[in-house]
Amino acid sequence: MANAKADPSIYFVPHNGWYPVVVALGAMLMVTGFGSYLNDVKGGGDGSWVQFYTGLTILAVTLFFWFAKVIEENSQGLANAQLKRSYVWGMGWFIFSEVMFFAAFFGALFYARVFAVSWLGGEGGKAMTGDYLWPDFSAEWPVMQNPDNALFQGPDQSMASPGIANWFAPVYLPFLNTVLLLASSVTVHFAHTAIKNQDRTKLITWLGITLVLGFAFLFFQVEEYIHAYQELGLTLSSGIYGSTFYILTGFHGFHVTMGAFILTIQFFRALKGHFKPDDCFGFEAASWYWHFVDVVWVCLFIFVYIL
Amino acid sequence: MSEVVETHAGHDDHDHHGPDKGLARWLFTTNHKDIGTLYLWFSFAMFLIGGMMALVIRAELFEPGLQFVAPEFFNQMTTNHGLIMVFGAVMPAFVGLANWLIPMMVGAPDMALPRMNNLSFWILPFAFGIMISTLFMEGGGPNFGWTFYAPLSTTYAPDSVTYFIFAVHLMGASSIMGSINVIATILNMRAPGMTLMKMPLFVWTWLITAYLLLAVMPVLAGVVTMMLFDIHFGTSFFNAAGGGDPVMFQHIFWFFGHPEVYIMILPAFGVVSQIIPTFARKPLFGYDSMVYAVASIAFLSFIVWAHHMFTVGMPLAGQLFFMYATMLIAVPTGVKVFNWISTMWRGSMTFETPMLFAIAFVILFTIGGFSGLMLAITPADYQYHDTYFVVAHFHYVLVPGAIFSIIAAVYYWLPKWCGRMYDETLGKIHFWLSFIGVNVTFFPQHFSGLAGMPRRIPDYALQFADFNMLSSIGAFIFGFSQVFFMFVVIHAITRGKKATDRVWDGAHGLEWTLPSPAPYHSFTHPPKVSDAEAHS
Repeated sequence: MANAKADPSIYFVPHNGWYPVVVALGAMLMVTGFGSYLNDVKGGGDGSWVQFYTGLTILAVTLFFWFAKVIEENSQGLANAQLKRSYVWGMGWFIFSEVMFFAAFFGALFYARVFAVSWLGGEGGKAMTGDYLWPDFSAEWPVMQNPDNALFQGPDQSMASPGIANWFAPVYLPFLNTVLLLASSVTVHFAHTAIKNQDRTKLITWLGITLVLGFAFLFFQVEEYIHAYQELGLTLSSGIYGSTFYILTGFHGFHVTMGAFILTIQFFRALKGHFKPDDCFGFEAASWYWHFVDVVWVCLFIFVYIL
Repeated sequence: MSEVVETHAGHDDHDHHGPDKGLARWLFTTNHKDIGTLYLWFSFAMFLIGGMMALVIRAELFEPGLQFVAPEFFNQMTTNHGLIMVFGAVMPAFVGLANWLIPMMVGAPDMALPRMNNLSFWILPFAFGIMISTLFMEGGGPNFGWTFYAPLSTTYAPDSVTYFIFAVHLMGASSIMGSINVIATILNMRAPGMTLMKMPLFVWTWLITAYLLLAVMPVLAGVVTMMLFDIHFGTSFFNAAGGGDPVMFQHIFWFFGHPEVYIMILPAFGVVSQIIPTFARKPLFGYDSMVYAVASIAFLSFIVWAHHMFTVGMPLAGQLFFMYATMLIAVPTGVKVFNWISTMWRGSMTFETPMLFAIAFVILFTIGGFSGLMLAITPADYQYHDTYFVVAHFHYVLVPGAIFSIIAAVYYWLPKWCGRMYDETLGKIHFWLSFIGVNVTFFPQHFSGLAGMPRRIPDYALQFADFNMLSSIGAFIFGFSQVFFMFVVIHAITRGKKATDRVWDGAHGLEWTLPSPAPYHSFTHPPKVSDAEAHS
C-alpha cells in the first residue's frame, strides 16, 4: 500500500478499509435510534434522540474520512480513467434509483387521484365501498372533506395553484421556488463551464450563487410549510391530499437539502483548488444530483400544484 | 494457460499482498472473493434460520389442531420465514455468486467499487439483526405475512413493525449499492474482447437482474416509508377513512414484488446456463435467444404485478390485461427451457452433482412455471387465491428453482473457490435427499390447495390431514439434508481432493483459466479473451 505507484494501466483496488463497516454500524444505530424514538413517542413517552445522533455522527464522520481518502488517492494519481468511468456509471444509476423512489410517491398520488378517491365517491368498479361506508363523501381533488372527517380533518385550503395570473403579486411561493431552483440549475452549469475554462473565480462565484438559490428555496419551502400548518389547516393528517402533498414535497425538500450540502462541500473544495478541467468528478456528480432534484421539482410543480 | 501466467507475473511492483490476518480480513476487506464468501456464508446462515422457522410451521401443521405454538407466533413464523428466505437467503446468495464470479468471468481485477462492495455486505448482518430481534420484542415480531399488506402492517401491526420498516430500508440500500456495483463492473470492467454478446450467460442474467433491483428496491423503500408515515405521522395513504386505499398498498408493493420474484430466478437461469453446457459438453443452444428471453422476461415482469391481487377487485380491462401479460411470460420462459433441453440433446452427458441439481432445476422449475400459468387465469385464480396451491407454486419456483441453482453453483464452482473437490458420493446423497424431500414437501400442497386449504393458518380441517403429514415429513427430510450439505461443503474445504485448474473437462470461461483455488487477486492486467473461453 505504502509504495502504491500511479500506473494508469492498473485499476486501483484499495487493499482494505475500515470505513464501510463503521458506516453500516452508524446506519444501524441511526435507524434503530429513530425507530425507538418513534415507538416511545407513540407510546406516550418523550423519546430520546441520543442514539439517532450517535449513529448519525458516526456515519457522517466516517463518510468524511472515506471521501477524503478517495480524494487523496485521486490526487496521488491512483484513479485511472477506467475507475472514473466506474464512478460515472455508479452515480448515474444511483440517480436512476432515486427517480424510482419518487416514482413510488408519484404513483401513490396518481392512484389516489384517479382511482381511490373517485371509487370512494361512488364511481367505477368499487363504488360500493363508498356507498356502504361513506355515502356522503363526494370525490374532488384536492380532497377537502375526507370520507371520515372526524378521524382525518380535511384541510381548510389546499395548495392548488391560483392560476398563472395570480403567481406574481403577491408572489406565489411554489412559483418563486420553481424560478429559484431552475435558475440554480443554470448557475451550477455556469460553474461547471468555469471549471472547464479553468476560471476559479467564476467557479466560486457561480457555485456560491447556486448555493444561495438552493438555500433560498429551502427557506421558502419552510415558510410554505409554516403557512400551510398555521393558516391553511393543511397537515400530514389532513387525509390523502395532505399525505401525498407532504411526502412528495417533503422528500424533495430533503433531497434538496442533501444536494445543497453536497454542493457546499464542493464549494469548499473549489476554494481549496481541487478541480481541474478533466478531473472534477465530485463536482460533476453533485451537479447531476442537483439537476435531478430540479427535474423532480418541475414534476412536483406540475402534478402537485398546477394540475 | 500462458495468459494466466502472465497475469500473475506482473504483481510484484504493485500492492498485491494476500489477505489480512484474523477478523480484520473479513471486516475491512475490499476483495471481491472475500466479500463473495461473506455473502455466501451469511446467506447460508439465514437459510438455516429461515429453514428452522419453516420446520416450526411444518411441525405445527403435522397434525390438525394446535400442538406446539400459539397462532400469533405461527403468524410470526410464516412472516419471518418468507422475509428471511427472500431477502436473507436467496438474494444474498446470488450476490455472493456475483461477487465471486463476475470479475473472474469478465476478466476484471475486482468489482468496480470495492469499498462500497464491503458496505453492501456489512449492512446485511445489521439489517437482519434488527429483523430477527423483533421476534423478542414486546408484542412480538412482524406477523402480517411477508407481503405486509396494509392495514395488517399499519393499523393492526405490533410496535416492532417500526424496526421491520427500517430493516427493509437497510436491505434496500444494500441491494441498490450491490446492483450499482454489478452494473459498473459488467459495463466498465470487461477485458478487451469480452464484448457484451460474448459474456457468459450468468453475467448477462446478473446485469439484467441488477437493473430490476435498481428499478424496484426504491419502490419498496417508498412503500415502507408510506407505512411508517401512516403509523407514526398521521397520514392516510392506506386508510380509506382519509381518502387513501389499502389496495393502493398492494399495487405499490407488487410493483416491487413481481420483479422481485424474477430477481430471485434470473441469476438462477444464468447458473443453469453455465452448468448444463459443461456437463453436456456442448455449447449452450441458442445463446442469443437466451439473452433476449431474459431481457423480455425482465421487461414483462414490470407489467404483470396485479395478477397477485385478482381477487381484490379491479376493472375487467385490468384483469384481462394482467392475465394475458402474465401468460406472455411463458413464451420467453419456454424459449429458455427449450434451449436447456436442446443443449443436452445428443450431448455427451455426465451426471455429476451440479448437473443433477441443474437438471432437477429444469424439470421442477417448469412444474412451478406451469402452476404459475394456472394461477394467471383470472377466473381460476378466484378459486386458487390464498390457498396452498399458491404456496406449492412459489415454493416450486423458489426451492427447486432458485435454491437448487444456488446449490448447483456451489458444487460447480467450489473447487475453483477453495481448490478442493467435494466428495461426489456425498454430493449425490445430498442431491437425492433434497430432490425427494422437496417433492414430498411441496407436491401434496398442490392437492390440499386445490381442495381449498387456505395458506397462513396454524390449524386446518381434518380432510387435509394426510397431505399435511406427508408435507411435514418431506420438509424435515429436506431441512436436515441441508445441514448435511453444510457438512459436505466443509468436508470438501478441509479434506477434499485437490482440484485441477479446469476442474470439469467441458468447462469454458475465463474463471477456469485461473489456478484452483483462484489467487487472491486475479486479472490485475486484463487477460486475452480467446474464442474457447467466451461465447462466440
